[in-house]
Amino acid sequence: MRAAAGGAELRTGTGNGEHVGVHELVKRYGDVAAVDGVTFGVRTGEFLALLGPSGSGKTTVLMNIAGFDFPDFGRIEIGGQDVTWTPSHKRNLGMVFQRYTLFPHMTVLDNIAFPLRMRKIGRAEREERARVALRTVRLEGYGERKPAQLSGGQQQRVAMARAVVYNPEVLLMDEPLSALDKNLREEMQIEIKHLQRELGVTVIFVTHDQTEALTMADRIAVLDLGKLQQLDTPKALYEQPTSAFVAGFIGETNFWPAVASGDAVAGSELGVTLEGGERATVTAADAIRGGQKVKVAIRPENIRLSKDGAGVQASVEEAIYAGSITTLLLRSKGPTLRVRVGPDGALGEPAPGTPFTLGWQTRHARAYAA
Amino acid sequence: MRRRSELTAGRLAANAFAYGVAIFLLVPTALIVPMSFGPDRYLKFPPSGFTLEWYSAYFSDRDWLDATFFSLRIAVLTSIVATVVGALVSLALVRGRLPGKPVFELLVVGPVIVPNIAIAIATYLVFDGLKLTGTTLGFVAAHTALAMPFVVFTILASLHRYDADLERAALSCGASPLQAFTWVTLPQILPGIVSAALFAFIISFDEPVISFFISDLDHRSLPRKMFEDIDYNVSPTLAAVATVLTGLTVLALVAGHFAGRGRQASPGARRPTSGN
Amino acid sequence: MKARPSRFMLGGRTYSPAASLLLATPFLLVLMLAFLLPLGMLLRESLFVPSFTVEHYRRVFDEPVYLRVMYRTIRISALVTLISLLLGYPLAAMMARTRGLMLNLLLVAVLLPLWTSVLVRTYAWLVLLQRNGVVNDLLTGLGIVDAPMQLLRTEGAVVLAMSHVLLPFVVLPLYATLRAIPDDYARAARMLGANGFAVFRHVTLPLSMPGITSGCVMVFLLALGFFVTPALIGGPQQMMLATLVQQQVTELLNWPFAGAIIGVLLLAVLGLMIVFHRVIRLDRFVGQA
Ligand SMILES: Nc1ncnc2c1ncn2[C@@H]1O[C@H](COP(=O)(O)OP(=O)(O)OP(=O)(O)O)[C@@H](O)[C@H]1O
Ligand SMILES: [Mg+2]
Repeated sequence: MRAAAGGAELRTGTGNGEHVGVHELVKRYGDVAAVDGVTFGVRTGEFLALLGPSGSGKTTVLMNIAGFDFPDFGRIEIGGQDVTWTPSHKRNLGMVFQRYTLFPHMTVLDNIAFPLRMRKIGRAEREERARVALRTVRLEGYGERKPAQLSGGQQQRVAMARAVVYNPEVLLMDEPLSALDKNLREEMQIEIKHLQRELGVTVIFVTHDQTEALTMADRIAVLDLGKLQQLDTPKALYEQPTSAFVAGFIGETNFWPAVASGDAVAGSELGVTLEGGERATVTAADAIRGGQKVKVAIRPENIRLSKDGAGVQASVEEAIYAGSITTLLLRSKGPTLRVRVGPDGALGEPAPGTPFTLGWQTRHARAYAA
Repeated sequence: MRRRSELTAGRLAANAFAYGVAIFLLVPTALIVPMSFGPDRYLKFPPSGFTLEWYSAYFSDRDWLDATFFSLRIAVLTSIVATVVGALVSLALVRGRLPGKPVFELLVVGPVIVPNIAIAIATYLVFDGLKLTGTTLGFVAAHTALAMPFVVFTILASLHRYDADLERAALSCGASPLQAFTWVTLPQILPGIVSAALFAFIISFDEPVISFFISDLDHRSLPRKMFEDIDYNVSPTLAAVATVLTGLTVLALVAGHFAGRGRQASPGARRPTSGN
Repeated sequence: MKARPSRFMLGGRTYSPAASLLLATPFLLVLMLAFLLPLGMLLRESLFVPSFTVEHYRRVFDEPVYLRVMYRTIRISALVTLISLLLGYPLAAMMARTRGLMLNLLLVAVLLPLWTSVLVRTYAWLVLLQRNGVVNDLLTGLGIVDAPMQLLRTEGAVVLAMSHVLLPFVVLPLYATLRAIPDDYARAARMLGANGFAVFRHVTLPLSMPGITSGCVMVFLLALGFFVTPALIGGPQQMMLATLVQQQVTELLNWPFAGAIIGVLLLAVLGLMIVFHRVIRLDRFVGQA
């Protein structure tokens, strides 16, 4: 049986190390395309987050990978095999749902042993492996309880144990932590990450929480309106977003409308005239022609404030103190900007009306075609 | 306070009236029970004594017993058949991609909307031709169709109450659809199934209109026999039969109530959530 | 409360179209044999015997005897509906305000009659209303009348017994509707200066309209085709449609004409359902125990 073969040889994937492949996936519901031509690959042992606003198609992609839903167009591959039309129970996947979905009439141990039972594994081995899995999620001693007698976090850990007990090739999770409160969620993020490293399993993790995606994932696929916007490491995504949408969706960003002074290819320097009339040098994120309208994106922590010199001018409107950092709202000749300053900065806590000169490194200001 | 007293006076009158209506609902049937133990030929309330005469008349009369056992057999079979048939179609409706679903939904409600007299006459016409009158098969088929809306609604309700993700979880664990049903869905909806079976039993056992038409001389259901006897003379034996019938119904309802209160989905599985 | 059930209902399903059809096949067979085929055959009788004709339908409306039965059926049904509503509304309203043990007792009072045999309840009325029955005993005992009255085989008795039998069908949907109205509406109206009756007239009553409609349509529908109670409590002078059909079939073997009467009844029922299908929640009438 496939299940008994365990992980190692199954996780070889295709030649290029791609374990799960989604190819030109299209799924329509009536007139709306919930997923509109999405292609990406997940590497063996990788932790991939599917991130996007509500309704962007994350769950739909996951359901097609899981075999709970079937595409109108496109292909799903697992380990190099086309599984687009394979029923879900034959895909050897593990899945953790948002609402735990433990079988309420079975004990915790029976829940974990259930997938082994479905694979006709003998009683003794079943028990043994279920107990091991229970220990992995640090819940030994809870095996005889019913799910209702556990807390939310414990239930979700049992659900994880159940999803990995049969060494599935791929673990799918659809917002598994969103039903938990903030502290527990952060604790579980670390725990899931550890478990994944320990087992070396390939994980596809759906979330709409960017912090969660940034802290947990090896790579993040950002979806919007059913289309893949960018697939990159958290660092690349944060520092070099390829579209204004990603720049705005991941982290906080100031957008400053501007007009390009000359032509530029993507990645090169570009002179612009900012809204308000001041001139500045930025980096072109797209290919841009002279005279074209652009949006310049600058993150709040990348704006430097100084008292002297010529440059872009702004004055403090409000200072918002938040413990380790202070956010300043600055009135410029263009939009109101958010700037982040440390607690013991030379600036102290500037009074409203204080004027500043703004500065930034060219690579931190990215211009997108508007 | 003026407003307060005006409120309570109005409420009081309304409540008194409402309690009166509740009692009105219960009284006629409730009076039959003590009267069935009275010795009077013309049923009296309060009864002038105590006797089991009418019960012994009931239980020693071949015709009554035949009709009772015939009805019991029909009801048990209907209960089984209707529950299985109804559970299958409910699954198809909720968990399947059923082609022509609206047609099936219409068919499900059909037997509650179409007046029983219409179904009865029509069934009589066809069953007479098919030689199905007075047969177990005929009765069970007719009563199953009649019970279908009640059975399907009850099972649908318990299917909707339970989290569809549980079934997907089972599938993701490697269970086939059939295994997912037997291991996960069935235990979860069992209370609903049991209630549905009891409803079907009561519907069949009590059913007077179709039975009236598709009974024959040798095979009469209990309601048909009662109908004949009531029309003929209001003998006190009928009171005993009515009491037994009502007792059985109450028993089935109580059983259904406790079955319905059985296993609930875990609170975690039903907790409402904001996002998906 | 369920979290976005429609998302899951519509999304991936456990059973494929073929498997679903297979699951629905026994249902289809039973309904074919004991519902669709019979009704189809009966309507065929009414229209195609001996060959295509609307003669049988014309007869239903041409002969005064039958017109009178139809008129009486509609009158009695309307009366029963009205009485059920007038009796049922206060009960449903009180149940909506009640909690705990008392509510359970009241629910039993409504559900028990719903599930006990129509025959038993009709028989009970026969016993109570007969010449030397409990009601007459009471009336003579209290000196309201001198001699026992003829109560059975009167239209009043038919209406009374039918109202009693059908009352739960108006109470249940009304109770469900009233129960679902948040108390805050009435509180808000009171804050704005409405007295008890004004709250009822301008807030509760309009909000409970769907329940009223649903219950009344259901009772009227059931009353139109009611067989057992009018047949046993009423006499020839109180004959309703169902008994007429029964006579045509069992005594005269006039199938085409019986089919035509049923056809008219079905049309009426269908019309009511089409007009009111939005408010009628059939699931409220079943599976409530
Ligand atoms: N079964 C369905 N029927 C109709 N429309 C659907 C269905 N499933 C999804 N959609 C639509 O497809 C789009 C994508 O839905 P999907 O659930 O994949 O989004 P999501 O990214 O998971 O959102 P969320 O963060 O809210 O869970 C939405 O517009 C949704 O309304
Ligand atoms: Mg989702």
